[in-house]
Amino acid sequence: MSPTVLSSLSTHLLSGALPAADGGGGTSFVSPGVSDFFWPLIGGDSNWAFTRPSAVLLISVGILGWFFIAATRKLTVVPGKRQFLVEQVYGFVRNTIAKDVIGTKDFQRFLPLLFTLFTMVLVNNLFGIIPLVQFPTMSRIAFPIVLTLVVYVVYHVVGLKAKGGVIPYIKSMVPPGLPGWVIPLMFVLELATYFVIRPVTLALRLFGNMFAGHLLLLVFIVGGEYLLLHGGNIGLGAAGIASGLFSIVMTFFELLVEFLQAFVFTILAALYLADAVSEEH
Amino acid sequence: MTGNIAFLGYGLAAIGPGIGVGLIFAAYINGVARQPESRGMLQTIAFTGFALTEALAILGLVFAFIFR
Repeated sequence: MSPTVLSSLSTHLLSGALPAADGGGGTSFVSPGVSDFFWPLIGGDSNWAFTRPSAVLLISVGILGWFFIAATRKLTVVPGKRQFLVEQVYGFVRNTIAKDVIGTKDFQRFLPLLFTLFTMVLVNNLFGIIPLVQFPTMSRIAFPIVLTLVVYVVYHVVGLKAKGGVIPYIKSMVPPGLPGWVIPLMFVLELATYFVIRPVTLALRLFGNMFAGHLLLLVFIVGGEYLLLHGGNIGLGAAGIASGLFSIVMTFFELLVEFLQAFVFTILAALYLADAVSEEH
Repeated sequence: MTGNIAFLGYGLAAIGPGIGVGLIFAAYINGVARQPESRGMLQTIAFTGFALTEALAILGLVFAFIFR
């Protein structure tokens, strides 16, 4: 079996060995796919393997913990560089996301959760394009599911507490002032929205964006490398160079998407919380 | 030529959400241009609408990988 470009690339990255020479143009191109997102580091193919995204997640937790403790240990009236950065991010989450969406009355309670979600998702997303790490953690579905599960449990518990019991909570899902024959229809729709559609789309949106973005970069870089080295003629080589250059443009586009998705994830979490605590509706 | 027709389907499925996202941001830009002080309030609404519309495209992407 002749080694494919991708497997030779991955073995090259993993073990530091040189890619096997494959005679130039003789191999067929294997387009990057789902299998490129499974990178077991320790534990082989088992379900309990310690994978690359887990390592990235642990690194991000370490960095966030260290950074926020170090930056807020000695708080000064005139902020230093680090304190300024933390204050900017905190102010953004507090004012733009929490206060505007949840409202001035209740937003303080949820600030720690929203701030943690935002910084966590943002750092993990940014790892998708930071050299040497280059793996967006959220492109494995398990990680967005866990984050969504936290939000899901919190907004249901908060809603049950705010409405005072299961029956009033279910009742509050249907907007008031509807004609009688619409109520059963709306009830089914709202139930599906609260219990299925919201969590599923929240998890899938983050996963899908990170997965698609990383795959796009893989296609441009791996495909460009293949065209350049194995294309066989000058035109395809030039196309390979163009593809490589375009991957740089796409990297900046990814930067935008990563910020946007962290923002959207947090704002939707805040929106669901706001729905749970609001008196009307 | 080999491949998977599901991804062709995804390409078609992405047209709708693409138009939708365009309409949402067009309305947002219009709103801010008419009333610059309403930017903060409109931003939240625009991004919520964007996220809900985009969910359709993301569902398409995931289904393209599932149904093959």
